[in-house]
Amino acid sequence: MAEPNTPPADDVALAPYHAALAERRLLIKRCAECGKPHFYPRPYCPFCLGDKTEWEQASGAGTVYSWSVERRAKPPYVIAFVTLAEGPTLLTNLVGVEPDAVAIGQAVTLDFEERDGVPTPVFRPAG
Amino acid sequence: MSIKGKAYIAGIYEHPTRKAEGIPLAQLHAEVARGALADAGLTLADVDAYFCAGDAPGLGALSMAEYLGLDLRHVDTTETGGSSYLVHVGHAAQAIAAGKCKVALITLAGKPRTGGSQPGRPPIGIVPPDTAFEAPYKPSVLNIYAMCAQRHMHEFGTTSEQLAWVKVAASQHAQHNPHAMLRDVVTVEDVLNSPLMADPLHRLDCCVVSDGGGALVVVAPEIADQLARPKVRVLGAGEALKHSRGGEVDISYSAGRWSAARAFEEAAVKPADIKYASLYDSFTITVVMQIEDVGFCAKGEGGRFVADGNLISGVGKLPFNTDGGGLCNNHPGNRGGMTKILEAVRQLRGEAHPAVQVPNCDLALAHGTGGFLGLRHGSATLILERV
Ligand SMILES: [Zn+2]
Repeated sequence: MAEPNTPPADDVALAPYHAALAERRLLIKRCAECGKPHFYPRPYCPFCLGDKTEWEQASGAGTVYSWSVERRAKPPYVIAFVTLAEGPTLLTNLVGVEPDAVAIGQAVTLDFEERDGVPTPVFRPAG
Repeated sequence: MSIKGKAYIAGIYEHPTRKAEGIPLAQLHAEVARGALADAGLTLADVDAYFCAGDAPGLGALSMAEYLGLDLRHVDTTETGGSSYLVHVGHAAQAIAAGKCKVALITLAGKPRTGGSQPGRPPIGIVPPDTAFEAPYKPSVLNIYAMCAQRHMHEFGTTSEQLAWVKVAASQHAQHNPHAMLRDVVTVEDVLNSPLMADPLHRLDCCVVSDGGGALVVVAPEIADQLARPKVRVLGAGEALKHSRGGEVDISYSAGRWSAARAFEEAAVKPADIKYASLYDSFTITVVMQIEDVGFCAKGEGGRFVADGNLISGVGKLPFNTDGGGLCNNHPGNRGGMTKILEAVRQLRGEAHPAVQVPNCDLALAHGTGGFLGLRHGSATLILERV
């Protein structure tokens, strides 16, 4: 089985997403029929199953919706839900932050970390 | 069509093992099947329906029907993680009410401590669609449930002390269960002083990991009438799924809000009528959220509700998990829905340990959440009545 972060070779619909990651850009999708944004991206809108979903670049601004620190891991890492300025909430890691300094509602900004050779969207404190 | 009163839980069995060295998964399924049929007073030849979930080996029902020697006219392999078996009872009641079968066998077995198949994992080579967007961040059952607790504390002021009371109550019950993995009574301080695993959850906020299994036999009324065991009938059942909804994430509540409402409506009873509740306790926060979602208190009040021993049999208003639950007794196959039903039936039969038996327990609830509470999960609720 491929590494989890490796884009599936046969997933044509997600190719633009993975191509954007290589350029350190995060894409979400918005439905042209119902107007709602969604993430993770799908070719068919999860709100109306419409097929006119369009790529949209995330601004990179977000806020922490919830978080935890996996203390058993070496080193420990911060997992979080971050709500994008565009609306959708996604699962991610917070980096560049002391676990004791994380707070729900905190402003964060998009960054990328190389994982399995792929630029992977993560978030760090804004400003 | 309502299933109210159309099916009875006639046989139950909990495997006594907590570490099944040398016993393959299929054999564990067979041992719990034998136990539940013997408890009911039925035989292999009586079984005409079989239910199993993702913990069954090989081709699931196909492999197990062959191994057990079942001749079936109804089969159901609904998979909603640890809540699957609660769903199965509801589906068995539906099938019985529709005349599709009369004697349904439901089995669970798992060996997370001693190897064997890993329940809940997709077949090798089939990657779920969320993988590329979640796996790089190393989500775990623990840290996802921890984020539910973190958010609950933020929104409602729930405290670690309140969560700890859930474990305290479970330990008070487990001291009377000779099969329980953890029989030592613990205090709130013990929970708070145990190592932080994933903020804000401590080690003692987490359930045990155990091998084992359990089985149920659900039968038509005319079969129940012929059996010697106390009669426990299914009064209402509800199921619901909840997921990340395209990124419209709200982890302050579970699908239990919907599954319980459906079960209570079918049973035509209220949360206040329930004398005993089995609630899936994968983590202490799971219990607090489910208590709110089932309707034992308002959303956000769960922390205050569980505090000060309110879940301890003979002490509080809502005796729960009197076998010690997943927090202290067992969690076979990392799937707690089965054992929730088993203890609810024991309470209704008056066969719980005398130290934790709820007096005149004629109405009980069993409820569970399978999968990942903060991501995709399935909730199921059963309301059971002794007649
Ligand atoms: Zn749409």
